[in-house]
Amino acid sequence: MADQEGGFSPQTIIDHLKGNNVTHVVWLPDSETNFLYTLLTQEPSLELVTISREGQAFSTAAGLSVGGAKPVILIQNTGLMESGDSMRGWAMGMNIPVVMMVGYRGWTRHGVDTDTAATYTEHFIHAFNIKYFLVESDADADRIQVAFDLAEKTKQPVAVLIGDEFHGFVQR
Amino acid sequence: MFQTADMFKAFAPFRGNAVVIPGRGGRHWINLSDKPDRDVPLGDPAMGGHASFSFGLAMARPDEKIILFDSEGDILMNMGALTTIAEKEPKNFYHFVLDNGVYATTGGQPVPNAENVQYDVIARGCGYKSTYSFDNLEDFTNNIEEILSKPGPVFVTMKVAPEVENTPITQRVRWQKKTRDQTIADLQRELGPRKP
Repeated sequence: MADQEGGFSPQTIIDHLKGNNVTHVVWLPDSETNFLYTLLTQEPSLELVTISREGQAFSTAAGLSVGGAKPVILIQNTGLMESGDSMRGWAMGMNIPVVMMVGYRGWTRHGVDTDTAATYTEHFIHAFNIKYFLVESDADADRIQVAFDLAEKTKQPVAVLIGDEFHGFVQR
Repeated sequence: MFQTADMFKAFAPFRGNAVVIPGRGGRHWINLSDKPDRDVPLGDPAMGGHASFSFGLAMARPDEKIILFDSEGDILMNMGALTTIAEKEPKNFYHFVLDNGVYATTGGQPVPNAENVQYDVIARGCGYKSTYSFDNLEDFTNNIEEILSKPGPVFVTMKVAPEVENTPITQRVRWQKKTRDQTIADLQRELGPRKP
């Protein structure tokens, strides 16, 4: 497990999005990612598409992907759980190779949850048989690339759970 | 109120080279279309998502005219999508809505407040600059050319007659001529590579 004190830089995510030729970031802001939002708005190669409920992310991403663009989804675990049918039908059912970066609200390294958003997140993902990777800090960032590669290979959505979400990103 | 089949007949001469997502009107459109590889009859991947899907396609392909035939039941499930579409303002997106007032594929139960919802007013309130509402075929026919000549996003709601299905899903006759995968593959081949 990576060193939690190392922190997770939003620039690390931006670098992976650019490195994977992502064209659109379909997202709904969550509690601790404002640093990331600020960086995204300053990155001309990435177009932000702000949605109002997370289920819309999957159908939007499906349209973008079918049209030849490369979207990524950026939402919180609470919204992911609201999105089950849309994820099933529009992403899994349409074979959309999309990476979804999911803020893991409530997650703790020691596993003692005080937030049911965290309690059910991985159970939910397992129920859909979706592959996922946990990222806590910059030291784990290579898992983001693994997620992009796996999504392309399987033509299915793959999740990256951002375990540092509860602590907030570090700015570098 | 008018018939969906008649609406598609009136629309067909003005389709041009547009990509058409026929939504819940697909069974009528599929036999009228002269460009099946530019049709995207997806069936119902998950209710409420057609608007966002078509919007995403329009964003990815700004040089292509994208025409969606949505339904009021789908709109009600994801009304917030209208704000995203209006914000991004895709000039190539034409958003038609078949408002039959009911959930036709589940037996015809009315949607909430079916008689009183003004979807064009909602769309305008969400930021669509061009909106239309029709309750008869003649007015629709007289305006379709103008609608499709305007810059998108354009929102058009139409009061159509319900076509209620009440048989179990497993007993319904499949009207699609292609699988979903084949539909997407044909569309992508037709559109060619996306310009960066």
